[in-house]
Amino acid sequence: MSTTTAAESAKAKPRARRGDRVFAGTARGAGLLIMLALAGVAVFLTIEGIPAVDAPPGKLGGAENLAAFIWPLLFGTLLAALIALLIATPLSLGVALVIAVYAPRSLSKPLGYVIDLLAAVPSVVYGLWGIAFLGPQLVPLYVWLDEHMGWLPFFAGPASTTGKTILTAGVVLAIMALPIITAITREIFAQTPRLQREAALALGATRWEMIQLAVLPYSRSGIVSAVMLGLGRALGETMAVAMVLSASGVVTFNLISNVNPSTIAANIALQFPEATGLGVNALIASGLVLFVITFVVNFTARAIVARSEKRLR
Amino acid sequence: MNVRVPRPTPGTDTEIPVGDPHESAADRRAHLPLTHPQLPRWSPALVAVLAASATGLVALTLGWGLPLWALGAVAVYLVALPLWARSVEGGRAAKDRLVTALVWGAFGVALIPLVSLVWEVLSNGLGVIDREFLTYSMRNIVGEGGGIYHAMIGTLLVTAAAALMSVPVGLMTAIYLVEYGGKSRLARTITFLVDVMTGIPSIVAGLFAYALFVLFFGEGIRFGFGGAVALSLLMIPIVVRSGEEMLRLVPNDLREASYALGVPKWRTIVKVVVPTSLGGIITGVTLAVARVAGETAPLLIIAGSTDSLNRNLFDERMMTLPVFIYYSYTQPGVPPEFGQERAWGAALVLILIVMALNLLARAVGRRYAPKSGR
Repeated sequence: MSTTTAAESAKAKPRARRGDRVFAGTARGAGLLIMLALAGVAVFLTIEGIPAVDAPPGKLGGAENLAAFIWPLLFGTLLAALIALLIATPLSLGVALVIAVYAPRSLSKPLGYVIDLLAAVPSVVYGLWGIAFLGPQLVPLYVWLDEHMGWLPFFAGPASTTGKTILTAGVVLAIMALPIITAITREIFAQTPRLQREAALALGATRWEMIQLAVLPYSRSGIVSAVMLGLGRALGETMAVAMVLSASGVVTFNLISNVNPSTIAANIALQFPEATGLGVNALIASGLVLFVITFVVNFTARAIVARSEKRLR
Repeated sequence: MNVRVPRPTPGTDTEIPVGDPHESAADRRAHLPLTHPQLPRWSPALVAVLAASATGLVALTLGWGLPLWALGAVAVYLVALPLWARSVEGGRAAKDRLVTALVWGAFGVALIPLVSLVWEVLSNGLGVIDREFLTYSMRNIVGEGGGIYHAMIGTLLVTAAAALMSVPVGLMTAIYLVEYGGKSRLARTITFLVDVMTGIPSIVAGLFAYALFVLFFGEGIRFGFGGAVALSLLMIPIVVRSGEEMLRLVPNDLREASYALGVPKWRTIVKVVVPTSLGGIITGVTLAVARVAGETAPLLIIAGSTDSLNRNLFDERMMTLPVFIYYSYTQPGVPPEFGQERAWGAALVLILIVMALNLLARAVGRRYAPKSGR
């Protein structure tokens, strides 16, 4: 054996023993188990969802077929998530900028913790807060919107007197999506090249110009994916919507009335405990639709993140 | 043409001709001022006070409520400060001040729900919690009285079972990803899928558990262990991610030193790598437990609800705190006050548990943070 190979074999290759093989196999098995579980979600939901394809209208809440059952729910899900994102995106970008750029060093970590606390609050507590506090607080706003902006189809009214509208649900969802979007964007902002930021400031740029020149160009794809992850959360959130929304399963763009579209997740939570037979299968089929949508959204978002991370390194 | 004349500074008595028709462009560049006039440091505070008091006056005369007043004050501030800055400092600085105000405003708005939520839960829940509330179940209770003992035990058992399943699987996966997987295709796929899994809606996890167990136990199956399975589906990705991050922080020198002593790889991992990063791993697990302890939707689906204490994970319905909150508020019984009161009390207990777990996790993380060799 020559010296070169000896030096090469010194590159930390331990002896392989039986314990090693068992341990490595277990670790690998755990990883495979996770992939199996993810596949299992799709498989079992499909198995239990398929019988609903030819369910009678009585089991589908009056809808003629499965598609007619799921479509209004899907519409409500997308509408609520869209409202949530319209509110949450600008707010969380602002919050992320505060934490990553504006706040003094010593303050930025505690501020980050405070925003993380928003994520730690259980969703059922958000629901409780939304139904008991936020909804009634928003009623005057709805009345005002109905009176002054009623010509817009979104505010056609009549204004809800309880505040249990899809707009309230959207606001609650926005609060729940905010910490997720913030957490990712602030990380992306912090990763932007420090030298360029300082160079921009040194050339006399104001802080906002520095952000435009040296922060935003690097984080565009990251922001997109963060918003998509927030979308995933807003699409799948259950309890807050189930409690806040007074749902009747219609398709309407009227945001402030008592008659609101329901969402897939909330509908499952509300109907499942009492559902029987094919009704259960129909709910599971709608759950499968939700799973596929959130999976695609998350998949795309993570793919964008992975690509932008590779570029930054 | 907008050429600013610098203020005469003491000690310099150079005359700067402005607008001289015979002046060349180079001369003019040379005479561009090096300092700009700036608003004093306290100007934002001054504008804020003025805006608040001015709108306060209007609010008092017109009888506005607090939210409208705050909104008006912010609007006035957003207009006044940039205008002032524009007249003194120029347009660029005005824009900067506007954005600064907007960004901090967004942060303030984001804090409103947190503060209001904590306040609501505290003020509604504190009066409810007493000894009976914490030590009684809801069995045979109509109206006043009763408590959340059965729900606390249920949450404890279900969460513990979920942790027992997720921690080994999650940790072993993290070990595979860091120690064995390297840059292999399988490792990259698992990393990616784990990321995607963090976004699975919790209700889908519940449906998965139901769809799985209904094949074995028939329709309408409800039991605590099913809830644990659903929760572990949500918990595993969090454990993997945090475990992976922590294991990667362990310096390679430690591994190599151990190999050099002839220690097999698996013993190196068990005796050197994992203990070194144990603090971080515990932090991650605690955060994951805190996250799933507040999950409602999957437990509503598969664990069901009951008024009685049930200590058996494998048989019969099991009440948990989040489900208790949900049913107490939405189906409070007659009269509704007592049920709703119990919902607030249970919400306070749940928040306290979750926050305590979060704080514990941070404390552990800080205490046992791995030395990254820097």
